[in-house]
Amino acid sequence: MSMLEKISFAACITVALSTGAMADDKNGLGSKVGLGQPITEADIKPWDITILPDGTNLPAGSGTAALGAKLFSEKGCIACHGEGGTGGSNGAVITDIPLAGRGIEATKTIKNFWSNPTTVFDFIRRAMPWNAPRTLSDDEVYALTAFILEGNKLIPPGTVMDAKSLPQVKMPNKDGFIIKFPDRI
Amino acid sequence: MTKKNDITALDEVAGNGLLSRRLLLRGGVAMAGAASTLVATHGASAEPLKEPEWSRYQGTTVEAMGRRTKHEKDTARILTNPKGEPRTQHARTPHHLLNGQITPNHLHFTILHNGIPDIDPEQHKLVIHGMVKQPIVLSMDRLMRYPMVTRQTFIECGGNSAALFSNEPVQANLQSLHGLVSNAEWTGVPLSAVLDEVGIDPKAKWMLVEGADTAAITRSVPLKKALDDAILVLFQNGERLMAEQGYPVRLLLPGWEGNMNIKYVRRIKIVDQPALTYYEARNYSPLLPDAKAYRFFFVNEVKSFITHPSFGMKLNEPGYYEISGIAYSGAGRIERVQVTADGGRTWADAAVQGPTMHKAFTRFTIPWRWNGQPAVLSSRAVDDGGNIQPTRDEFVRERGVTQKPVTNPFGFPNQHYNSLTSWGINAKGEISHVYA
Ligand code: HEC
Repeated sequence: MSMLEKISFAACITVALSTGAMADDKNGLGSKVGLGQPITEADIKPWDITILPDGTNLPAGSGTAALGAKLFSEKGCIACHGEGGTGGSNGAVITDIPLAGRGIEATKTIKNFWSNPTTVFDFIRRAMPWNAPRTLSDDEVYALTAFILEGNKLIPPGTVMDAKSLPQVKMPNKDGFIIKFPDRI
Repeated sequence: MTKKNDITALDEVAGNGLLSRRLLLRGGVAMAGAASTLVATHGASAEPLKEPEWSRYQGTTVEAMGRRTKHEKDTARILTNPKGEPRTQHARTPHHLLNGQITPNHLHFTILHNGIPDIDPEQHKLVIHGMVKQPIVLSMDRLMRYPMVTRQTFIECGGNSAALFSNEPVQANLQSLHGLVSNAEWTGVPLSAVLDEVGIDPKAKWMLVEGADTAAITRSVPLKKALDDAILVLFQNGERLMAEQGYPVRLLLPGWEGNMNIKYVRRIKIVDQPALTYYEARNYSPLLPDAKAYRFFFVNEVKSFITHPSFGMKLNEPGYYEISGIAYSGAGRIERVQVTADGGRTWADAAVQGPTMHKAFTRFTIPWRWNGQPAVLSSRAVDDGGNIQPTRDEFVRERGVTQKPVTNPFGFPNQHYNSLTSWGINAKGEISHVYA
């Protein structure tokens, strides 16, 4: 047993788990310090907001563009993204600018660039409205997401966005990417 | 300038007056005239000396926090959003006014997407969960008890030097062009030491790292990097992290895109796929000329630029100058830096300040005797993996340039520029930004 293991006397009893990482330990620090306090996923839930592209972690709830359009005004999105999301000081979220033919500084938009519909939900829920992030309910985020996707003609009018339908939305630029450093993944 | 002291003939190693980097090692420029017994002096005789005013009275009282002299008040960062309007804020490091390799804490570049959060370290928590046997939460008190490591490394924004994507050289100083990179000594807990105790599922490949800032910035990081050299940083150049650098704890991914070095880390989730969060799916996926885009442009590739002399400075007279600059590579250690004074026709090896460190700034210098004629200075670096800083032609062929000249040096027409920077010097000694 290394010196470090000997001195890490407290919480290591509860989390003395083998990960086999010792062989990878390039820092020469020996293994497990064991100061982390155990916690359950249920207790982490309020912070666990990231959505994965396959839809993992999308919450229950749903929304449509009709409600989203109302919320876009009521929640103040228009102050920064313009009436109907088509402009404003912080850029349009509904727009039809092409990507091709504009060179390397083309404006990247949700419609012409984003590869995954889940990013729209994740980003609105995490960071918008900019002045009061994480105040929207999940239903409201679904509705705003539906409003933006429908406005960009990425879903047919009236489509309900929920944990099942959202990851299915096809994004035009899905295959527009080249992984720069595949060997580092 | 006295012809007698001209050292050019003996020591010029490349065109337009570049002198051997060994000049310095041999005991200084005055000695460089080989066996010459001449003394190197310059210009008219100096004035007689007298006692200055400030030497005669008691100085001011020492304060608890050291203060910089008022004579250096202009050594400050350039701000893009000083009123904190609802958009990103940038502060750029004045490399043209600094020297050495460490960026002082109050001059380190920073970018905040929704201001600087005021985090109470006693209440801040870091949780690690997802594909693990046992999720854990750490108080800052507990985190501080882990074994720590110290290393120097640079952090560079993916958008640093973006103005050099302009089809015409933007006339702006070094700070405006390259101020979104800095280098510090960081101290903290190797992430591997913490991940070691949660029991990572062998099927996991990524971690999602998230900050406690208002924007809750989050990025996907390959576990390979997490277990290699990632650090949960607590100290910056010996003191606790600056609030704007992520106090109380920040992720450091040596050599990787600045935005991925998540500040105010509060959550790490172990997963089997990247999340394609806003910043990795949009901002930091740089567009290529054919409308495709790079994704996961993790590494800040080998790069260098001359800091002295640089844009906006003036060479007041011909004669001796030291050319000095910064080189770094997110893929390793700087092995070699070459400098040209004739726009790339001839190159000479610069002296590289050792010991060189992995993924850290390396200062290079080379002596130069300016003959008063137009010159074009530039540098190119090579790292220990054999990666060579691309010429402008090579770089533009792959990555493209803008269709119209960039007018705002603080804009971001694209990301991850690592080609050359050239300074054009005219016969008056004025320095402009040129493409060579
Ligand atoms: C006070 C101004 C402000 C308000 C209000 C605001 N936003 Fe934003 N929004 C921003 C800023 C700034 C960004 C860019 C964020 C960044 O770069 O970090 C942004 C980005 C976005 C984006 C990404 C757009 C793109 O193409 O990159 C979406 C989507 C978005 N906001 C949706 C909303 C919604 C929905 C609301 C209302 C609930 C809202 N915003 C309210 C300022 C605002």
